[in-house]
Amino acid sequence: MAIRSFTRPILYFLLIALSCFYLMPVYVMIITSLKPLEEVTLSQMWQLPTSFDFSSYSEAFTKLAPNLLNSFYLVIPATLLSALLGSLNGYVLSKWKFKGANTLFTVILFGMFIPYQSILIPLIQFLREIGLYNSIAGLVFVHVVYGIPITTLMFRNFYASIPDSMIESAKIDGAGFLGVYRFIMIPLSITGFVVVAIWQFTNIWNEFLFAVTITTSDQQPVMVALQNLSGSQIVQWNVQMAGALLAALPTLLVYIFLGKFFVKGLLAGSVKG
Amino acid sequence: MKTETEMRSVTVSTRKKRSLTKDHMLAIGFLIPSILLVGVFVYGFIGWTGYVSLSNWNSLVPDFSFVGLKNYLYLFSDFRFQADLRNTFFFTIIFILAVIVVGQFLAVLLDQKIQQESLFRNIFFFPMALSFVVTGVVWQWLLNPSTGVNLFLAKLGLDSKWYTDTTIFPAIGWGKIEFGIPIAMIAVVIAAVWQMTGFSVAMYLAGLRGVPEEVREAARMDGANEFQVYWKIIMPILRPITVSVIIIMAHISLKIFDLIYAMTGPGANFVTDVPGVYMYETTFRGNYYANGAAIAVVMLLAVAIFIVPYLWSSRKGEA
Repeated sequence: MAIRSFTRPILYFLLIALSCFYLMPVYVMIITSLKPLEEVTLSQMWQLPTSFDFSSYSEAFTKLAPNLLNSFYLVIPATLLSALLGSLNGYVLSKWKFKGANTLFTVILFGMFIPYQSILIPLIQFLREIGLYNSIAGLVFVHVVYGIPITTLMFRNFYASIPDSMIESAKIDGAGFLGVYRFIMIPLSITGFVVVAIWQFTNIWNEFLFAVTITTSDQQPVMVALQNLSGSQIVQWNVQMAGALLAALPTLLVYIFLGKFFVKGLLAGSVKG
Repeated sequence: MKTETEMRSVTVSTRKKRSLTKDHMLAIGFLIPSILLVGVFVYGFIGWTGYVSLSNWNSLVPDFSFVGLKNYLYLFSDFRFQADLRNTFFFTIIFILAVIVVGQFLAVLLDQKIQQESLFRNIFFFPMALSFVVTGVVWQWLLNPSTGVNLFLAKLGLDSKWYTDTTIFPAIGWGKIEFGIPIAMIAVVIAAVWQMTGFSVAMYLAGLRGVPEEVREAARMDGANEFQVYWKIIMPILRPITVSVIIIMAHISLKIFDLIYAMTGPGANFVTDVPGVYMYETTFRGNYYANGAAIAVVMLLAVAIFIVPYLWSSRKGEA
């Protein structure tokens, strides 16, 4: 299994060196965010702060708090709705296949690869038309619609692993389309829901293009507000780094506690089963 | 296919033939909203964007008079768009190569039955949970020419201007621009690779774990050394994974927007500009809707070249 010519110390040296590279941005982010502004100078960039100063956090939090809330108002309903929709679609496309179902699935799947710039102009016209432009509800709608391909893909692959025989026997017992879904699929798809929910939560939280084009000022999610922080006057790097950390915290926490499911989603979304 | 035949046989054999067909109708009924949404919001809107790209709508007021390929002709003779095409081309190639090489290297390291494997794995994976905007903000500072990594490099006698460097290498005159690798793009590639290698590590690690030990053992029995085992046995097995990684990374890099917007913006002489940034600025800042739509169509076509054959071939594999 192991490369024998690799001696262990070299192996660990490489791993640790590369880990340092991957952690370097986090180190700089944390130490910078804890410094008072006068210590945030170019020459002291890599040095630890002389004393901990949390004022950049309170400043970043005051500026970003409304947008953090917006992000939660956006992400929670969007995640739940798109998971539900994806689960129904995945159920139909894996267990109630009809002629052309695979082709239809491919046609739906294409939607997850398109550059969203190619639908953005009509989308904004449409949202203005129905009065959802510049609203969190509008963004929820957008993320549910453009989340259909990926959530359908994930659930379809997930349901493919549930044996057809289980469904057949439930049908013989008299369960119909909804009965099978309610009593067989849902109880068996808790993991599937967790994986899809984490995936959608992370993606929608981090999304920028829709957020910056569909909402303005007080309706904006946190990523847009974070980007705007650097656009204003002189960049206060300590506040900027504290803001970046705050904005990244929810998805980072999800990763730390539920990383296993995140990676599952990652693989499920790319390798077609 | 298997499920389809099974389904059919059940339909014929069970006593509840009528209710099953009713269930089938119900199943399709539940699918219809999604089909309509995708139909309108993906395909319909792409069509509408295509139409806008052929129109005269280059101001705040919509003007749908047909102008043919005028917007496209303008773009392809435009200095900024030519620069964008060059930048995207080199960004995509360097980015994908780096993600594959670094990802495979890290996966092989992690696959050596090491201690604390999950700790190391998490260190390489966590950037993927971050947003491109956060990555952009942090790396903007790390690779700032007067700070960051340069403080170390300067001590070594190296000095790089990173993303403020306007050098194009080797700078061959081509259209209105100089063709070559924009050096400033390297900084963006480093940030993007930092964020995205976790994906290829995860893919390759899953692939490596799927190679049965007997296969390696057999090769060793035949006298292959470890290097040969990797090169001749493992690498070919990992090839389908490499294809997937290329496709996924290509579609990400061809439509990249937020990382560059947050980290560098278009840059002097548009050395770090990409179509995604140009489209956003010209459409929503400049109100050149038809030009923006034309950029979007070019982006879509570039992505489709990679994605459509990939999707189509995997569809055949399933049927």
